[in-house]
Amino acid sequence: MTDTTLKTAARPPRRIRIADLAREYGVLVIIVVLLVALTMLSGSFLTPRNLLNILNQSTPLFIISCALTLVIIGGGFDLSTGAIFGVASVSAGWLAVSVDPFFAIVAGPVIGMVLGALNGVIITAFNVHSFLVTLATSLVYRGMAILVTNGKLIPVRIEEFSWLGRQKLDLGGGVAVNVAVIVMLCFMALMMFVLNRTTLGRAVFAVGGNEEAALLSGIRTNLVKIITFAISGAAAGLAGVITVSRLSMAEPQAGTGLEFEAIAAVILGGTSIMGGAGAVWRSMAGVLLMALIGNGFNILNVNPFFKDLTTGVIIVLAVALAAAGNRR
Amino acid sequence: MAAGQTAIRVRGVAKSFGGTRILDDIDLDIDAGTVHALVGENGAGKSSLGKIVGGYYTPDEGEVSVFGERVTRFTPREALSRGVAMIHQELQLVPELNVVQNVFLGRESARGGVLTRGDEERFAALEKTCDFGIDPLAKVARLRIAERQKVEIMRAIARDARVIIMDEPTSSLTEDEADRLHEVIRRLKAQGKTIIYVSHFLDHIIANCDNVTVMRDGRVVRTSPIAGETKKSLVDSMLGQESDILWPELPPAPDGSVAPIAELRGVATHSGLNGISLTIRPGEIVGLIGLVGSGRTEVARAMFGADPITAGQYLIAGEPQGRLNVRDAVRRGVALVPEDRRKQGLVLTQTTRPNVSLGTLGAISRSGILDTRREVARVKEMIAHFGIVPGRVDGRVARYSGGNQQKVLLSKWAVARPRILILDEPSRGVDIGARQRIHEFIVDMARQGMGVLLISSELEEVINLSHRSYLMSDGRIFGEAPSASLTVESALHRVFLEQNRRSVPQEAAAQ
Repeated sequence: MTDTTLKTAARPPRRIRIADLAREYGVLVIIVVLLVALTMLSGSFLTPRNLLNILNQSTPLFIISCALTLVIIGGGFDLSTGAIFGVASVSAGWLAVSVDPFFAIVAGPVIGMVLGALNGVIITAFNVHSFLVTLATSLVYRGMAILVTNGKLIPVRIEEFSWLGRQKLDLGGGVAVNVAVIVMLCFMALMMFVLNRTTLGRAVFAVGGNEEAALLSGIRTNLVKIITFAISGAAAGLAGVITVSRLSMAEPQAGTGLEFEAIAAVILGGTSIMGGAGAVWRSMAGVLLMALIGNGFNILNVNPFFKDLTTGVIIVLAVALAAAGNRR
Repeated sequence: MAAGQTAIRVRGVAKSFGGTRILDDIDLDIDAGTVHALVGENGAGKSSLGKIVGGYYTPDEGEVSVFGERVTRFTPREALSRGVAMIHQELQLVPELNVVQNVFLGRESARGGVLTRGDEERFAALEKTCDFGIDPLAKVARLRIAERQKVEIMRAIARDARVIIMDEPTSSLTEDEADRLHEVIRRLKAQGKTIIYVSHFLDHIIANCDNVTVMRDGRVVRTSPIAGETKKSLVDSMLGQESDILWPELPPAPDGSVAPIAELRGVATHSGLNGISLTIRPGEIVGLIGLVGSGRTEVARAMFGADPITAGQYLIAGEPQGRLNVRDAVRRGVALVPEDRRKQGLVLTQTTRPNVSLGTLGAISRSGILDTRREVARVKEMIAHFGIVPGRVDGRVARYSGGNQQKVLLSKWAVARPRILILDEPSRGVDIGARQRIHEFIVDMARQGMGVLLISSELEEVINLSHRSYLMSDGRIFGEAPSASLTVESALHRVFLEQNRRSVPQEAAAQ
């Protein structure tokens, strides 16, 4: 085929359909609507202070959700992030008190990574669905967290440890950002980079989209899966450390239910639970949406009992919208 | 049912998938109480037409009437309510339920949603008309395919189907079972049912059908009574004029003294290969000829490290390979374009760019970080080289036509510049234009010095595009010949003779 035939070859017109757009960017539309509505309903909403506060509050969920995005795109499912969060919390708390605060900050994510990698190894070695494996390991890990502390709380009132969660950097103009928020933004940027710009990211998409094709392309599919779970574990550990540092308290039951919030955020953002498609920004948008709903309930003084209900209804709507767009 | 009534009337029906028109301007009348055959080559559109009548596909244009009533909604349920039932190639039963439960699935005897007795009596009544002799309480998972087919037929009749569409009903049956199925069809016809029989077994069609519609490239060629048709007359209509495929000129065959790039010596695998020995030289295209199931794909998989080799030796460029896995094979320059591009080749959730890069991520990255500019340049080059349409780097591959999907898959291995290229059914399900482009690609790869192994069910393709061919049957290679010395007829003749020679003693032993 020559170049001229290529140029004259008719390109199908790029028709942009509203249904497609709504499916692609539905979550952003809902966020904008919510932002506008909350701004109009409350004067105290659209202030840098409140917005930074929303980010700061949701930092652990942001971190876990972005890493979970990789797992889900890779065709997996991680139900153990809440429990890993708990183990990392108490381990870091104990290490900060009895060994070294800086060491504790590093150890949290490392412990999380090891536990996450263990998930991955079990999943690939026995070829069991990740849903089952992480459901089981979440019980094991939670049990470990409780055993480590005998079920008690560990107070961590150490300056060298609590800066991570409490210190603020002054941006000028009376606006200050928490260190934790900056850590979260860096982690998010790292996840985006990994997913879009590295061979690992490509492999993750391929493993989730068509594992056999990935295998036949010479990709080490099992290793890829283990790495995604290790990243998810590390993120849960990091989130745990930040939380302990912020609260000055390590608690073995911390993070209970966090795994479901993270899954909800990823799905809400529009990443396919079938694997093979999705994006980190989507999960960030998902978390933001959930955080905005919570914040809205707060500043409008609405009965907080309606919060979960509202979040649930929005998830159903978002998923239904995506499914409607997929139908042909 | 009055004879001469029209059961199904199709007018001007057209249907496209992903930009490829698979049915165009179809007109068809099927008389009530007849057995009507649809024939054509693979991809001629006969199954798709059946699926439109059965309510599985909605036509883009045109209309369908069932017993004079125009169909407005195309769903299987709607078709069923008009008395049209479809029996699929892949049967659709619930394996864990028994025969009676499957037959009355969704129509169980019940009062207010609670199951009541009565299904077994209903089944007995049904069995009286069908006389299939199936154990009503047998679990469907344990039935043989032929019996499952009977369950499907009973299910259709239990739903008062007046028109039954059978898609390749005999493809997985033995000759004996097929005879019994045809007996059933005759009985159904005697009861006034209309049967649409989609098949490419021409003997069965000539023996059992009343009328035949021949299709080619998504169009109806003609509809005529079966009386007076012969296999030859049907094949001639199916093929039309001799297709004017231009075979590209092969590069000269490498000298016999050139060291082979790939060599198998007495290789066996768990997948059924036994004593396979073959050589491929750089710049040589080697064909594998054999029937489906003869082990051609298994040879490809073994050479690609996808199935472990249990005996014998595999040498790449003279180096013996130990336990080879796919990753090693890729690293040593072996590429496989697999048979099923959607299942084994492409990542359909992704666009063209990552699909092209998937096999060679190492080459376009440094310490794991992708050089996207180089990647895009490379993908653009491939799009231009193969003429992939749409020519967008980030086009959704899932929506491409079969030919363009195949070009994306070929690009994946073309950028890898392998030393050994294995192509398993490279032109299956692609249009003529793409096919020629693929043929040029194969020859071009050989000209650049790659060793090519070509597997295709279209013997014409293997014979015209290879230097040398091996003939396979039953997991063994039984012959080798310069491809120029072969014709489609002579090759088929040898393969069938070998197949029969081997199966006769086996059957004798089984009795």
